Amino acid sequence: MTEPRSAADAVSFKRELTGVIPHLRAFARGLCGRPDLADDLVQETLLKAWAAQERFEPGTSMRAWTFVILRNAYLTDMRRNRFRAEYDETVAERILVAPAGQEGPLHLSDLHRALLTLPPERREALLLVGAGGFSYEEAAEICQCAVGTIKSRVGRARATLSAMIEQGAIPRRALGDAVAHDAIMEELEGSASSTEQAHS
Amino acid sequence: MARDKSMKNIGHERSRRSRQTSPEWASGLRRLYDSVVEEPLPDSFNQLLDRLDGADD
Repeated sequence: MTEPRSAADAVSFKRELTGVIPHLRAFARGLCGRPDLADDLVQETLLKAWAAQERFEPGTSMRAWTFVILRNAYLTDMRRNRFRAEYDETVAERILVAPAGQEGPLHLSDLHRALLTLPPERREALLLVGAGGFSYEEAAEICQCAVGTIKSRVGRARATLSAMIEQGAIPRRALGDAVAHDAIMEELEGSASSTEQAHS
Repeated sequence: MARDKSMKNIGHERSRRSRQTSPEWASGLRRLYDSVVEEPLPDSFNQLLDRLDGADD
């Protein structure tokens, strides 16, 4: 008898959640590089979102809400070292290679490798703003930090990528993962003790 | 600037403009993202949601 939410809400929750799955896959792939692990992360996100659906406010952005869940799951998995040395270059090359007609010698797989060398907090900020089209304000909400922090992370990420591309310093294929992993672990160790996490 | 021979040597013609404007690779980021969004969706995702939906009833 006690329906916590209207049937219409439940139906639209499922519809909206279904609708953001492609975006969750794109965000996850950008974060962790390997398509199969990215899809695992999306499945985990869907399970958590479903379990938490009472907390979703109808009318707000499903994409932003689920991205928060996905990034938290990713960071937890990352700390457990699940993504160590798992970046699969062959798969990435096949999936991410630029469509015919792309101008210039910079392939999307190069760009993705460069992206994976960024510390995770800068990478996710750049993905949200530069790829996902979120505003700084929305990205700040997703990352649970100040708008200024997001702006600074995006700026640093852009500067690093620009410098890598200008200097031709894109990591080679097999190298990308080791470099990325070192950067990620360094950042995680750093952030555990720093006060940069602005959610307190 | 010394260039490590093990690195790919690309993009020097980009360097002049990249400081002033949005970097040229910026559109590549969006393409990376969009290319995944546009991929056909594996059935497993909708099957998962259907299973969850069924379990609630």
